[in-house]
Amino acid sequence: MAASPAPSTVHRAAIRVDGEQCRCEGDWTLDGIEALDAQPHGIRWPAGAARLDGSGIQAIDTTGALRLLSIVADLEQAGQPVRLVSLREEHQALLDLVRERRASAGAVPPPPAARGALERLGRRVGSHARHALEFLAFIGEAAIALGRLALHPGRFRWRALFGNIETAGVNALPIIALLSFVMGVVIAYQGGQQLKFYGANIFIVELVSLTMLRELAPLITAIIVAGRTGSSYTAQIGTMRITEEVDALRTIGIPPMDLLVLPKLLALTVALPLLTVFADALSVFGGMVMARTMLDVSFSDFLDRFPRVVTPTSFLLGIGKTPVFAAIIALVGCYQGFQVRGGADSVGRHTTVSVVQSIFLVIAADALFSIILGGVGLWR
Amino acid sequence: MALSTHPADAVIVVRGLRTQFGATVIHENLDLDIRRGEIVALVGGSGSGKTTLLRAIIMLLKPAAGSIELFGQEIVGIGETTAFRLRRRFGMLFQQGALFSSLTVRENVAVPLREHTRLSARRIADIADLKIALAGLPADAGNKLPRELSGGMLKRAALARALALDPALLFLDEPTAGLDPVSAGAFDELVAQLKESLGLTVVMVTHDLDTLWSATDRVAFLGEQRVIGYAPMRELTQAEHPLIRAYFEGPRGRAAREQACKAR
Repeated sequence: MAASPAPSTVHRAAIRVDGEQCRCEGDWTLDGIEALDAQPHGIRWPAGAARLDGSGIQAIDTTGALRLLSIVADLEQAGQPVRLVSLREEHQALLDLVRERRASAGAVPPPPAARGALERLGRRVGSHARHALEFLAFIGEAAIALGRLALHPGRFRWRALFGNIETAGVNALPIIALLSFVMGVVIAYQGGQQLKFYGANIFIVELVSLTMLRELAPLITAIIVAGRTGSSYTAQIGTMRITEEVDALRTIGIPPMDLLVLPKLLALTVALPLLTVFADALSVFGGMVMARTMLDVSFSDFLDRFPRVVTPTSFLLGIGKTPVFAAIIALVGCYQGFQVRGGADSVGRHTTVSVVQSIFLVIAADALFSIILGGVGLWR
Repeated sequence: MALSTHPADAVIVVRGLRTQFGATVIHENLDLDIRRGEIVALVGGSGSGKTTLLRAIIMLLKPAAGSIELFGQEIVGIGETTAFRLRRRFGMLFQQGALFSSLTVRENVAVPLREHTRLSARRIADIADLKIALAGLPADAGNKLPRELSGGMLKRAALARALALDPALLFLDEPTAGLDPVSAGAFDELVAQLKESLGLTVVMVTHDLDTLWSATDRVAFLGEQRVIGYAPMRELTQAEHPLIRAYFEGPRGRAAREQACKAR
């Protein structure tokens, strides 16, 4: 069998004081010195003793050497200069190596001091302002790239576009279907309770259809897509930045904007309205199911009333907002991806920021739409 | 278990190893012994399975067949507790450094110490600073994040982390790849010096012919899914095997040999 010092044969490092004799004993290794940590202050160092005998050291590694040197340094500081003597040749060599390496590395500077509250606040405000400006610049760059594309439509990357439509649109159908159906059920259930109380069961059609088509379906779809697709845009571009793939694209002469941003932006502007139409249908269907089971409004009653109360304007106003949502999600996702610097933790941080910001901006934009559309009298 | 005799002072004993990814067999019936205190390099053409062999030895990859002994302990199919104890006794320098990007260099070096010892935080910081110095970095490197370091400094910081637990066995995956000749030479010297004073056993994967000539005791040549040559550099370059000849007889191989012979 191969020879090896099994962990069970570790001899604890110790300093033994015997009269005026001070001796190091045991293994001065990482395993051996764990026990020593409590000891040195407990040693009563004999006054006048100036030699520490190292001949009893059985094994030493760099950690043990560091410990031994720091004990000697501590004693020296306490006005008790000590000389290490009688070390084995190879132990002495290791001790010298450690001493020499530490000296050549220089003094260890203290970690940078923590910043004051005011400074932190200032830095945060500054960085947020800078990011807002950079984001605006990014939108501008994307617009310019889009304009260039309009002049040379032959250069457009169709494959990337269709690939993105598939991953962001087609693959999202099941989750959108499930969630919007459930939303329709929930809204019909909650509203239905009140309508039943007044005997106004048939108004469930207005309630479900208008709520869903005007507000909830576009919003829910945008939020799901922000979490599902916006985050993947950030993670993909961020990882490509770390592995220098983005730089490789530039070097080959492919503007990253053209390959990584525009197809995503256009794909999402196509996919999100379509997904929203799908969500509209499924959520109204959810409401129909609930209307029949709870309010005795049959499918045919529901569908008979539906076109009379839901104007095309309501439907189009709901859908009309979604390209804006899509642009927000795609631009925020890509922008955050390009902000990634350094390593893995940065990808995680920016992915989180991307999702939070795009959902925030989508809801803010939705509120703005409500105010503007209300202002011009487009209530229905 | 003994398929053949073990050398008395072997730290690593590989017998009949087979590794494969799906249907692709990387190693078949591979034997290798590494003795205490040796610096051994694994060489071979691209795709000959050098890094795969290293990963099998450090328990990152499960072999399909065969046995691997580390410090006399069979590692194929051992439990997590035994594996944890063994992991304390070797250090690994990954090709890209693999430093944790959210931690400073000092914190990176402290991770194994915090995980495997019960030393105080202050003591651990001191030890980490020593390892940083041993790896040849200036003291202020400890406060830096990995992304703030140059390639050469990154390798040294990764070496500092590999040395954190004063391992008896050190694995290096392409330690000098991507370094300038001066840094690469200094790195070789550093490894040799650490081996000398700490009694380390070093196993490295490298393509660096200068490193092979100047820093290794023996070189294992991987090809045809096994070790086809295992000898000190001077003997290995005399080997008859066509793969070995092709590897060392190129203009670079010859230049490095002339250099090494002149230096002697």
